[in-house]
Amino acid sequence: MSEINELYQEMILDHTKSPRNYKALPTSNRRMEGYNPLCGDRYTVYLDLADDVIRDISFQGSGCAISKSSASMMTQAVKGKTTEEARRLFQEFHKMITGVTEYNKNLIGKLTVFQGVSEFPVRVKCATLGWHTLAAALTGNEKTVSTE
Amino acid sequence: MTMQRDTKERLDVAKIRLDFPALAQEVHGHALVYLDNAATAQKPQCVIDTLNRYYSLENANIHRGIHYLSQQATDAYDEAREKIARFLGAREAREIIFVRGTTEAVNLVAQSYGRPSFRPGDEILITAMEHHSNIVPWQMLAEQTGARVVIAPIDDRGELIWSEFEKRLGKKTKIVSLAHISNALGTINPVTKIIQAAHALGVPVLVDGAQSAPHIRVNVQEMDCDFFAFSGHKLYGPTGIGALYGKAALLEAMPPYQSGGDMISAVTFEKTVYNKIPFKFEAGTPHIAGVIGLGAAVDYVSRLGLEAIAQYEHELLEYGTKKLEAIDGLRFIGTAREKSAILSFVLASAHPHDIGTILDQEGVAIRAGHHCAMPVMERFGVPATARASFAFYNTKEEIDALVRGIYKVKEIFQ
Ligand SMILES: Cc1ncc(COP(=O)(O)O)c(C=O)c1O
Repeated sequence: MSEINELYQEMILDHTKSPRNYKALPTSNRRMEGYNPLCGDRYTVYLDLADDVIRDISFQGSGCAISKSSASMMTQAVKGKTTEEARRLFQEFHKMITGVTEYNKNLIGKLTVFQGVSEFPVRVKCATLGWHTLAAALTGNEKTVSTE
Repeated sequence: MTMQRDTKERLDVAKIRLDFPALAQEVHGHALVYLDNAATAQKPQCVIDTLNRYYSLENANIHRGIHYLSQQATDAYDEAREKIARFLGAREAREIIFVRGTTEAVNLVAQSYGRPSFRPGDEILITAMEHHSNIVPWQMLAEQTGARVVIAPIDDRGELIWSEFEKRLGKKTKIVSLAHISNALGTINPVTKIIQAAHALGVPVLVDGAQSAPHIRVNVQEMDCDFFAFSGHKLYGPTGIGALYGKAALLEAMPPYQSGGDMISAVTFEKTVYNKIPFKFEAGTPHIAGVIGLGAAVDYVSRLGLEAIAQYEHELLEYGTKKLEAIDGLRFIGTAREKSAILSFVLASAHPHDIGTILDQEGVAIRAGHHCAMPVMERFGVPATARASFAFYNTKEEIDALVRGIYKVKEIFQ
């Protein structure tokens, strides 16, 4: 598979075209906006957080295929997880896409489709925008997070 | 190197390409197709050689040595100023001030011309198509002085709306500052008409020539602008060097921008007498290599001839417009009737960032983003665009490669 097909895998394109959990969340008690000023990508992540568990999560916004599909798959991956588990998953995800060879493949699961990002360092910020936004929402700082 | 060319003669692009070593390389296994010239242009060998020679053999500080090398460097530096004055059609070389680039030139005018005299309620008139470097220095000045930045709007083609501009130009206007050519849209503004209208009210005009000086013939006396700014790196010259042209009478009346060595004629601890222009604005050891390299770049484009360059680049624009227009789902951002060879576009199926990555894998370098013109993106309701910007060394075959790349994007995102 060429690098470009490695990057834009079928599952990524599918999540780009029909992102999951792509809506505002009426039951949310945390909300955070994430912004990448370099490319204009902008997402809002909604959380329904109870007793340190992500009971529900959704997102909305606009951006490139990598940022949108990554945010979409993130919402699926962390729903029902504790905040600690979500943070841990972000750490492993970050390792994978920045080319760190030692990462926990079991935890990563389906998110392995983003491994191709490691060949495109300038796109790491796209793949992590949703995650950074989630991390900030979990911390509870009511401010826009920016990749810059 | 005596390469005299009649300006009416067509450019020998195949031969010109050999002057640019960067163009001969491969990227991701494909011949490089460099279409990001509005961001920065590649350098001809003669510019690279000039820098190399300066650092290898001629390096010395200027205006302060009595030794041989210092004299050589000073002569070369002064000669470059003469070249740039001729290139812009300035009356005198002392009207050319060396700066880091367009950004610094605008800041210099804002702080040195604007700050001492602008008052609360005064207005700074710019347009809705400006680069951030022609917005933010004015916003800073507005904060410092209580003046207001007023924006002249643009239409759906990306052209300045003349009646709206006229409406905003008035007794309160203290300066008009606008791009000669928009880097995000390619629009060529009717600067002569704008300057006439402003001068009728006694208002000076700064023309941001970052995108025009490399691509169309500029004559500051015919245009009658009061200030003109450009960047060397977009003009096939080194980075970190550019020039501000200003009418001598205006520059003479302005206080220095920065202070230090070279900008004074006498210092005691009681009083300092400022040097005359242009030195008053060039504190400290300047970018000597850059200035001499910029002189070489100006020589190079002058030998090709700006008329011939503009004519050829216009052919590229027409060819590219026709080819891209035929692509289903592609929308141009910027369709002014007077346009420079810049094609800004979006695709219905793919984000500009994804377009940029996929084209890059095909060896095609374009820019994806807001092009430091976020208000333009907002005006057209897009977060970003993909932008192909051409230079005289580009070819129709390279535009074909761009088109093939866009079809590849569409195939992936079908
Ligand atoms: C129209 C315009 N103005 C100003 C600038 C700023 O030039 P520089 O970054 O060289 O100072 C640019 C560069 O992108 C430009 O295109």
